[in-house]
Amino acid sequence: MSVTPTPPTSNRPSGLPDYNYAYLDEQTKRMIRRSILKAVAIPGYQVPFGSREMPVPYGWGTGGIQLTASLVGPEDTFKCIDQGADDTTNAVSIRSFFAKVADVGTTEATEDATIIQTRHRIPEYQLKEGQIIIFQVPQPEPLRSLEPRETETRAMHAYEEYGLQYVSLYENVSRFGEIAATAGYPVMVDERYIMSPSPIPKFDNPKMHMNPCLQLFGAGREKRIYAIPPFTKVRSLDFEDYPFTVQSWQECCALCGATDSYMDEVVLDDKGNKMFVCSDSHYCAGRRAKGLRGPMADHALAAAAANSAETPS
Amino acid sequence: MSQAALASPLSLVPESPILSVADCSKMYGPIVGCRDVSFDLYPGEVLGIVGESGSGKSTLLNCISGRLKPTDGTVSFAVKGGDLADIFSLSEPERRRLQREEWGFVHQNPRDGLRMRVSAGANVAEPLMNLGDRHYGTMREKTIDWLTRVELDIARVDDNPKNFSGGMQQRIQIARNLIHGPRLIFMDEPTGGLDVSVQARLLDLLRGLVRRLGMSAIIVTHDLAVARLLADRLMVMRSGSVVEMGLTDQVLDDPQHPYTQLLVSAVLQI
Repeated sequence: MSVTPTPPTSNRPSGLPDYNYAYLDEQTKRMIRRSILKAVAIPGYQVPFGSREMPVPYGWGTGGIQLTASLVGPEDTFKCIDQGADDTTNAVSIRSFFAKVADVGTTEATEDATIIQTRHRIPEYQLKEGQIIIFQVPQPEPLRSLEPRETETRAMHAYEEYGLQYVSLYENVSRFGEIAATAGYPVMVDERYIMSPSPIPKFDNPKMHMNPCLQLFGAGREKRIYAIPPFTKVRSLDFEDYPFTVQSWQECCALCGATDSYMDEVVLDDKGNKMFVCSDSHYCAGRRAKGLRGPMADHALAAAAANSAETPS
Repeated sequence: MSQAALASPLSLVPESPILSVADCSKMYGPIVGCRDVSFDLYPGEVLGIVGESGSGKSTLLNCISGRLKPTDGTVSFAVKGGDLADIFSLSEPERRRLQREEWGFVHQNPRDGLRMRVSAGANVAEPLMNLGDRHYGTMREKTIDWLTRVELDIARVDDNPKNFSGGMQQRIQIARNLIHGPRLIFMDEPTGGLDVSVQARLLDLLRGLVRRLGMSAIIVTHDLAVARLLADRLMVMRSGSVVEMGLTDQVLDDPQHPYTQLLVSAVLQI
């Protein structure tokens, strides 16, 4: 990342490249890297940055793409997932975008990747030191739904006035008898800043705690970057009498038989048949490659998933 | 006025004021908001501020409740330990802590003082969470206790404020501002816009609560009946200045300033 890599070859007659390496210009990448450094220095604090127009609309991961673009180098290996899956449209598009503009190697294997861009999930495999996971964030401000004024929420963060965040949990308990929030469950980072973990399921919240990898969060539309440095305390908020719990399933993964992963419910027909499969496609494929089988291992979906795993885009 | 109401300011004989305002002025450019207002408020005392609209009542209330910085003068509050501290020379987090933990502010319009998107129960419980309460069960109990005290149907504790009538919303706001046991409560026309029967019940309720809890209160109103019922002392304002100040009954029964005489005589007798 220290050397400025050569841009991909151009088709222009002038010989000039069509775009700078990794799409963003060097000054922009520098500005983003500075924001990242600040974010890492103050865990959980939202650092404003000059978010750029990207070739995709806001909401499609512009924050995450800008973070990736400012960090990626040709020696990196890039993995991109959307809802845990490597083969969904957005993941495939962003992966091929960086393969094209940054000349970076891509992979679907969590353990091989140096940079993982994700929407809505943290991979099931334990991430390692040296890896960077980049989250796409639609709304970085966990207090926003309760307090619409930015000036006020900034003051609340500055003075650690976090009573308001518990109002949303109180609402949950009084309405549903439990803390029913399932995604974007607010966390306390290093006992200082309350942070939105982006809309990952609360199943993934414990994975953020003391994780050896660097976790970066980018919100393109809201122009904020924040971070959890490696080995940082991350605590999910709760009440003394309603402790934090994660989702659990009665079923195992229909394809690989896993019981410890986050499941997606797949509706199979209009007669009420459904199956539960691992949301993390690489985790599921890895288990199946080891010969582990779930109750519907021979289903057509399994073959389709295996195909896409064998032929990386 | 009941015996208890009469007795409380006399029997307390407090040694030091809880709030002391000195030469408080607020200018909006060339326009006077309020000018050179000075008074002391003692623990357990209820001060009424009356005057016509535009007389600077709300400006004064916003200044002394720390929501608006006065152009001139000081507002001092007896912080814990008993010493008077100028609230505008405190640090911002310290001032916000005072506002949150030791004061209450009842807005004229309940929609300004409530979070309309969360339930009545969560609105009432919020001050407890701000004070660091993290036990749902005990907060729930206190919430229901307070909703009972302000005579709301506890079966509707989880309804959104927008589904309550104006008078009920005002009672939710009052419960929200009293649950954490503030030492001082500011009220800006707490009964404005309510019909007279609801007003009467609310006044009854407020009078009982303020007397029983022994808190100090500053009530801004343009309704002399409200002032008569709730306030120990009365301050009459006109064009930003205080024209008369004294015990409520004294001011209303024997007004000295021509404007106060006009104000008192303008009340319709039914």
